[in-house]
Amino acid sequence: MAVQSMAQTPDEAVRDVHAAEARFALENTLTRWLIGIAMVALSIGILLGIFQGFEHAGLDLYRFIRPAIKDYYQGLSLHGVLNALVWTTFFIVGFFTLAITRSLDRPLSHPWLNVVGFVLMVTGLVLTAYPLWWNLATVLYTFYPPMQADWTFYVGLTLIVVGSWFAGYGFFATLIRWRKENPGKRTPFIALTANITMAMWQLATLGVAAEMLTQLIPWSLGLIEGVDPLLARTYFWFTGHPLVYFWLLPAYISWYAMVPKQAGGKLFSENLGRLVFWLFLLLSTPVGFHHQYTDPGIPTGWKFLHAILTYGVAFPSFITAFTVCASLELGGRARGGKGWFGWIRRLPWNDPSYTAQNLAMILFAFGGISGITNASYNVNLAIHNTTWVPGHFHLTVGAAVTLTFFGIAYWMVPKLSGRQLFGRRTALVQAWTWFFGMLLFANAFHLLGLRFGVPRRTMLGAAPYRDPAWTPFLMESLVGVILLTISATLFFYVILMTVLAGKKLTKPVEMPVAQALDQDKIPAWLDSWKPWVWGAIFLIILAYGPILYQFISEMQPTSPGFRVW
Amino acid sequence: MMHVDRYEQIWIRLSVFVLIAFILAVLTASVSAGIQVPGVVQRVDPNTVTEPGSPWAEPGLRELAPGKYEAYILAQIWVFTPDEIRVPAGSEVTFYVTSKDVQHGFKILDTNINMMVIPGQVSKLTARFDEPGTYTMVCHEYCGVGHHTMYGRIVVEPTQAAAE
Ligand code: HEM
Ligand SMILES: [Cu+2]
Repeated sequence: MAVQSMAQTPDEAVRDVHAAEARFALENTLTRWLIGIAMVALSIGILLGIFQGFEHAGLDLYRFIRPAIKDYYQGLSLHGVLNALVWTTFFIVGFFTLAITRSLDRPLSHPWLNVVGFVLMVTGLVLTAYPLWWNLATVLYTFYPPMQADWTFYVGLTLIVVGSWFAGYGFFATLIRWRKENPGKRTPFIALTANITMAMWQLATLGVAAEMLTQLIPWSLGLIEGVDPLLARTYFWFTGHPLVYFWLLPAYISWYAMVPKQAGGKLFSENLGRLVFWLFLLLSTPVGFHHQYTDPGIPTGWKFLHAILTYGVAFPSFITAFTVCASLELGGRARGGKGWFGWIRRLPWNDPSYTAQNLAMILFAFGGISGITNASYNVNLAIHNTTWVPGHFHLTVGAAVTLTFFGIAYWMVPKLSGRQLFGRRTALVQAWTWFFGMLLFANAFHLLGLRFGVPRRTMLGAAPYRDPAWTPFLMESLVGVILLTISATLFFYVILMTVLAGKKLTKPVEMPVAQALDQDKIPAWLDSWKPWVWGAIFLIILAYGPILYQFISEMQPTSPGFRVW
Repeated sequence: MMHVDRYEQIWIRLSVFVLIAFILAVLTASVSAGIQVPGVVQRVDPNTVTEPGSPWAEPGLRELAPGKYEAYILAQIWVFTPDEIRVPAGSEVTFYVTSKDVQHGFKILDTNINMMVIPGQVSKLTARFDEPGTYTMVCHEYCGVGHHTMYGRIVVEPTQAAAE
């Protein structure tokens, strides 16, 4: 980042920062494309979400978009893939490309790695979109076999993941180069934690890679006759749980290292922050069986082991709650807030970027609590595959993560487009309507699942067992959906108008980077990769090795493919 | 070592305590209250699971002893066979469910029965039905365009003694 000296005139300062930006031309282009594609995907995904919300409330709008979208389940497949896989992955890689290079204050060391990654991701997206659009992959975003999609769907998703690996290699290479150039210096917080996230992702995606390469791709191409559905599920959830941390950690990076700066505060404890990310690297993956508590064929002892480890991975989130709140409190007090709660009012609630992210944190508190319920072994029987689950993850990935990314976009899009955010007030309304919309929607879905056992992934409006007792809750969710519709419209409006019609920036936007309150030396074990990476590998082998070995050696690839839509 | 703020230390201790309490609570619930999740039962070949000799050749209810039943249920797109079961109140029913095609779900509303049904595997759980009434069983895993029509009923009939 450009350091402004006292003697500079504003013009010179602008020129300086522009010169500094010029070094990042390629990075900025990559980020622009990545988050642009992410937002287009999200706009389609959300539109289908709105259709789903209305369908549940008894208003089938699908006949208006036939023949483009054939039915509810094709729409739901698109909703899951575009929102949960495309919007997240593309946004995260784009955000990291900007954040890592600014945090290290150096461009990518091997930009071709990131360019290759980008090309792979886009190719993968095209391959995935084709069968989804032509109703050849209506298998939902979890694509459980032996339901069989067109091979392009599996190859496309695989390429998206491999592309994100290449982006990760580019980030690692840049970090290694920076460490060579800066011997003895500790890695800046943002660069370190973003790289930890990408490292976790490399380990985590080995599961889905094995599923795709040894089962689904050869099977969909007709090279092998059958697959073993339980083994495929186990591979899938090996990746499926850390996937949610891949979504969440970028939001945490913003909460730890950027939002406190926007609030005028400091990062309360950088050491603990680092520890938290290392713990995520260690514990994110060996917990996948908590998505399979109700599966047959998995010994209950293994399920229980993963339950215990799941409580372990909740621990760093508890620390995060404290550290982030304390960091914001520093900000509120620095801005003149007094008393136990007075500081809260002094936070910059007129800044949409800040507000969106603070509201995201609040929703995450609720989502975290319902998540602990899901994870609680036999308590899971009460809610597994009921609407409780979409209730839960719209608070987490749909609110905590997505609303945080909106908040990030509110400074990042101006930075990348060179234009001021269009409509600060509109953006504020956007954040609040998303907050209340998700709150109502998720509350209703939680209750429907818990009280009535209403199944998820189901076209409820047409279900013969639909019960009038559900109606009040479905109406509550409909109010949420309407608020979300307004909110989503406002978001895309603000972003489009910023890019197309925003006033030219007079002062360049800098990535917000919070200073740490604890400036004391970082213990060596919080800045060294080896023990944590080996620890993570060790835990994965412990929690998955023997059982996966058994599953593979007793594999029964007896299931042929079915097309049931 | 690193410095940690005093209040944050208290918070961290508290978090660890809460998480351990949760683990113990769950352990207690599964050991002493006996709320079990499905485990390993047996493997089958989904292509031959309805052939003669297999218990799913003629799925249905079997009485083991008075008030004790086994229910063999076959899941396939988009029906459960059988889709209605009648038992007297107070019965204990063990469900054995498998699929001959894609993955399905099996949940009986207002009970602890909730399992995935995976081709090649047998899902087993036991429930007691004390309250007379009609219990809906639904498929809760997407299994194709007719998924939302896949359901059945368990009718728990009042016993003679209760009827008098
Ligand atoms: C306007 C906002 C949204 C609305 C109204 C909405 C609505 C819904 C509804 C009603 C379902 C349940 C479908 C079912 O179980 O049958 C659903 C599922 C889902 N939503 Fe959303 N959603 C929205 C935004 C999002 C966002 C932003 C994300 C993620 C970033 C997301 C991710 C998902 C996922 C992963 C599923 C599960 C799909 C599946 O079960 O295969 N949604 N959504
Ligand atoms: Cu089904």
